[in-house]
Amino acid sequence: MSSKIRILLPVKRVIDAALKPRINKAQTGVESAGVKFSINPFDDIAVEEAIKIKNAHKDKVESIHAVSIGPSKAQDILRVALAKGADTSTLVDVKDQEVEPLQVSKILKKLQEKHNSNLIILGKQAIDDDSNQTGQMLAGLLNWPQATNASKVKINADNTVEVEREIDGGVEVVKASLPMIITTDLRLNEPKFVTLPKMMKAKKKPLEILKVDDLGITLENRLETIKLEDPPVRQGGAKVGSVDELISKLKELKAI
Amino acid sequence: MFGLSRTAGLSQRMAFARLSSTLAFVETTGSKITPSSLSALTAAQELGKPITTLLVGPHAAEAAKEVSKVASVDKILVSPSEKYDHYLPEQVSPLVASLLKDSDYTNFVVAASTVGKNFLPRVGAILDLQPISDIIKVVSPDTFVRPTYAGNAILTVKSKDSQVLFSVRSSAFAPVELKDARDVPVEEVPYVEAGNSAEFVSEELVKSERPDLGSAKIVVAGGRGLKNKEEFDRLITPLAEKLNAAIGASRAAVDAGFCDNSLQVGQTGKVVAPDLYIAVGISGAIQHLAGMKDAKTIVAINKDEEAPIFSVADVGIVGDVFEIVPELTAKI
Repeated sequence: MSSKIRILLPVKRVIDAALKPRINKAQTGVESAGVKFSINPFDDIAVEEAIKIKNAHKDKVESIHAVSIGPSKAQDILRVALAKGADTSTLVDVKDQEVEPLQVSKILKKLQEKHNSNLIILGKQAIDDDSNQTGQMLAGLLNWPQATNASKVKINADNTVEVEREIDGGVEVVKASLPMIITTDLRLNEPKFVTLPKMMKAKKKPLEILKVDDLGITLENRLETIKLEDPPVRQGGAKVGSVDELISKLKELKAI
Repeated sequence: MFGLSRTAGLSQRMAFARLSSTLAFVETTGSKITPSSLSALTAAQELGKPITTLLVGPHAAEAAKEVSKVASVDKILVSPSEKYDHYLPEQVSPLVASLLKDSDYTNFVVAASTVGKNFLPRVGAILDLQPISDIIKVVSPDTFVRPTYAGNAILTVKSKDSQVLFSVRSSAFAPVELKDARDVPVEEVPYVEAGNSAEFVSEELVKSERPDLGSAKIVVAGGRGLKNKEEFDRLITPLAEKLNAAIGASRAAVDAGFCDNSLQVGQTGKVVAPDLYIAVGISGAIQHLAGMKDAKTIVAINKDEEAPIFSVADVGIVGDVFEIVPELTAKI
């Protein structure tokens, strides 16, 4: 077994984090026309971490392969990953179909096999469906160790990986040997912006486009959306002018 | 008082044969059931089926006593192997998968804690099932409501899977009540061999005198407006002490190092729904609101009267937090 690290980097195109989604009239999904899309923020952190690992262990990291499953426009975010330092990339074009974490992890398993990847870094959750599942599911399918919610990653000389994870009530450190899966939490790093020259250069890097059929997978979602609605609107109350008023208002509301 | 007998377990299972039932995972700290698991048990009850609970790890047997105080539990499974200590997902998942496989459990329920979120999807992948994350409402055993888009959209979703796995957002369900210990059948299940596993190295838990953030009745949370760690501690701690409240923080406060990141309230931190939430120097970004907008009463203290927090606050006060908070602490 070669001791080289081949990183697989799944990234998702999502509605930009700064936008408030608008639910469509049919209550089946959110409006996407004319809406700004970006790389999922946690995936951006995953990209940054992969590049950091590559820079710190130049002799060890053989390749970084970025992959996205989504519409053809998801090429944009793969270009961002390439501009930041990924070597090659694949888009699995599923048009506008929503793909559930279980199906995504099945597709990613195929790509792991194809690229013989031994370290997979993903975001801990996508900010659209908020599932927080894909990394764990892929680890389950591959029967690999997993370290989710990573806030620190250390690759040791013997190719073991130590990961500090954010857990309820504090942090925990786990250790595993490659191959393994890591999902990123917010504090792992601060992604940098890509410069225009790098974006231009990234256009020359490989971007392969596949269909799910090419991988021998039939997408079969298990969950049916009954409806998608706006949350109940909260009415802001009055402002008060002094601490005394605040206290009496809280007493009135039986809050204290 | 406590029947640890395999025959009792067996006859119970016979009685439930061909009847659908629920398997609920109970997470414990020592022998105590975690507050989030108590909430998950409430969601399990709402499925209206017999409930079997699963306890794993070195404290499982002691904790079974605690679980017998939950009136709705019909049976307790314990798997006391040391290997389940720290709930390593590579270890816990094969056990749960083996219990669910070819069983009459139609549902598997777990709290959406960091433990539950870590292993539930792995179980789903092993069994080729698509779990449902972070539910806030049970419609029926196959249909649930969950927030998406940082709580900006509420999704009702129906599963076509033969067994429906889901995690429960604890702030959406009241904890189940603990009554007197009962004689509930306890069955021991053996360790299930796991494949490649990460190993636990160490942990560092934040020690706090304050109530647990996830289940506190009152939360006092600070944001960037507090300027630095010293001011955060000086202003927030005495107010929290006075109200016997948990301390929370915005992501900005955590990132700036004012407090530990386990105190973060928001989409990517804790989601809380206390009776009273006091937001001090927090502007109210979408990310933060996703974690606290279900609080019964929200108070906002902020110098910027345009801050979005005021659009959700029941009571707002515009002004200098460095003057208002000490005065509030003194007068409350």
